[in-house]
Amino acid sequence: MSQIPSDLKYTKTHEWVRTLSDGAIEVGITDHAQEALGDLVFVELPEAGRKVGAGEPYAVVESVKAASDIYSPVAGEVSAVNAALSKTPELINQDPYGAGWIARLKASDPALRTGLLSAQEYEQHLAAEDH
Amino acid sequence: MGRRTALYELHLALGARMIDFGGWDLPLHYGSQIEEHHAVRRAAGLFDVSHMGIVDVRGAGARAFLQRLLANDVAKLTRRGRALYGCMLNAAGGVIDDLIVYLLDDGTTYRLVVNGATRDGDLAWIRNHAEGSGLEIAERTDLGLIAVQGPRAREAVAALLPPAQAQAALAIEPFNALAAGRWLIARTGYTGEDGFEVMLPAAESPGLWRELNARGAISCGLGARDTLRLEAGLNLYGHDMDQSTNPLESALAWTVAMEPPGRDFIGRAALEAIRARGIERRLVGLVLEERGVLRAEQRVVVPASAPGAKAGEGRITSGTFSPTLQRSIALARIPVAAPEEVLVDVRGKLLPARIVKPPFVRKVNA
Repeated sequence: MSQIPSDLKYTKTHEWVRTLSDGAIEVGITDHAQEALGDLVFVELPEAGRKVGAGEPYAVVESVKAASDIYSPVAGEVSAVNAALSKTPELINQDPYGAGWIARLKASDPALRTGLLSAQEYEQHLAAEDH
Repeated sequence: MGRRTALYELHLALGARMIDFGGWDLPLHYGSQIEEHHAVRRAAGLFDVSHMGIVDVRGAGARAFLQRLLANDVAKLTRRGRALYGCMLNAAGGVIDDLIVYLLDDGTTYRLVVNGATRDGDLAWIRNHAEGSGLEIAERTDLGLIAVQGPRAREAVAALLPPAQAQAALAIEPFNALAAGRWLIARTGYTGEDGFEVMLPAAESPGLWRELNARGAISCGLGARDTLRLEAGLNLYGHDMDQSTNPLESALAWTVAMEPPGRDFIGRAALEAIRARGIERRLVGLVLEERGVLRAEQRVVVPASAPGAKAGEGRITSGTFSPTLQRSIALARIPVAAPEEVLVDVRGKLLPARIVKPPFVRKVNA
């Protein structure tokens, strides 16, 4: 059974979203996603400062098995990326909700964070995808 | 639900992530494909390849039959236990399957080991061509097949045998096999490492698996098998060649025995015609110079090889990230005339890749 921390928000495309103390958000892929992808071997990160639209792909994670786009949960700007992933993409497998974070984003309108799932809703989404 | 091998329950108990592979339920990995890959390069790993077809061909005319059926010449099997790799072709020279044939006695019993995804079609083809020959064609569904691969693999198997048999097993030469009781132990494999492939009564395979686990051989899935075989530059049927491609354009010319000229194997006439007019495409190895991952079906852009020559296009047939080299490698079918560098369309970006002659990774003699 994959881990779904209750203090995070989720997307239907298997990203997690953490709100930081300065109002920015931190994103990564869920435990379920890393397990389904298998060993990660390559992460293509965006440049800090890049503008992204909600639902826009802005990073790519590649495992031994497949490449997968990472979609932005909000419209905004990339404020930081996890540079450690360039050399050690396996951090995503080892610690998807911690050291394996992918990027930090500043939402252009913090109020407009619609469509994110709670942990419970994400769990239901996974169960529904299974069928 | 797919077909299952005798090891299915054990795979589940060992925590395998199962996938469908050509209609069979088989392990993809048991946790980490990359760790399994490294275990085979550094020590020993185990693979359940019981989905492969084992077909015994027996009778006075077995040799002549296989000389007609296969593009390689079983006359090279001059001694009991010898093994030969080759292709079974259709009349157009297309590859029906690639296989290993073993000579089991002094010339009347041969064993073919064919791919799992093609075994039913192969068997129909073989039976069809054997009709009226009086040959016995027996599919050995009673046998399992476990590959034990890596620099520590042979000693792990030998440790399970009585002393005399152990000594004999360790003396098996590459591409030879030895009958040990009800087992056939072959020094063959699909990883580029030393090791054995053991054919044994299916019911005995879970016991052998557990004992080899206990001796340090790691359970490995199809994921590691694929990255290992690609590093070793070994073709995968259905990806790198199939019925629409011939051995000459699949880097398999070395497996086609055109001598003696009188041996009329199926596909010979077609291959002679193709050779006379020259092949247009060839299978090559590619190493990606930048970061990224080459994958099957990606487009290869081949710049003109000389001023005035035309640019061409090819396609990747197998691609992966090489855990040993820490960069991406691939097999690709491209026009014969190509410069040393090509470009690959990786998710919309054209990335430079270097043409190399496989294997990508060579065995290190321990």
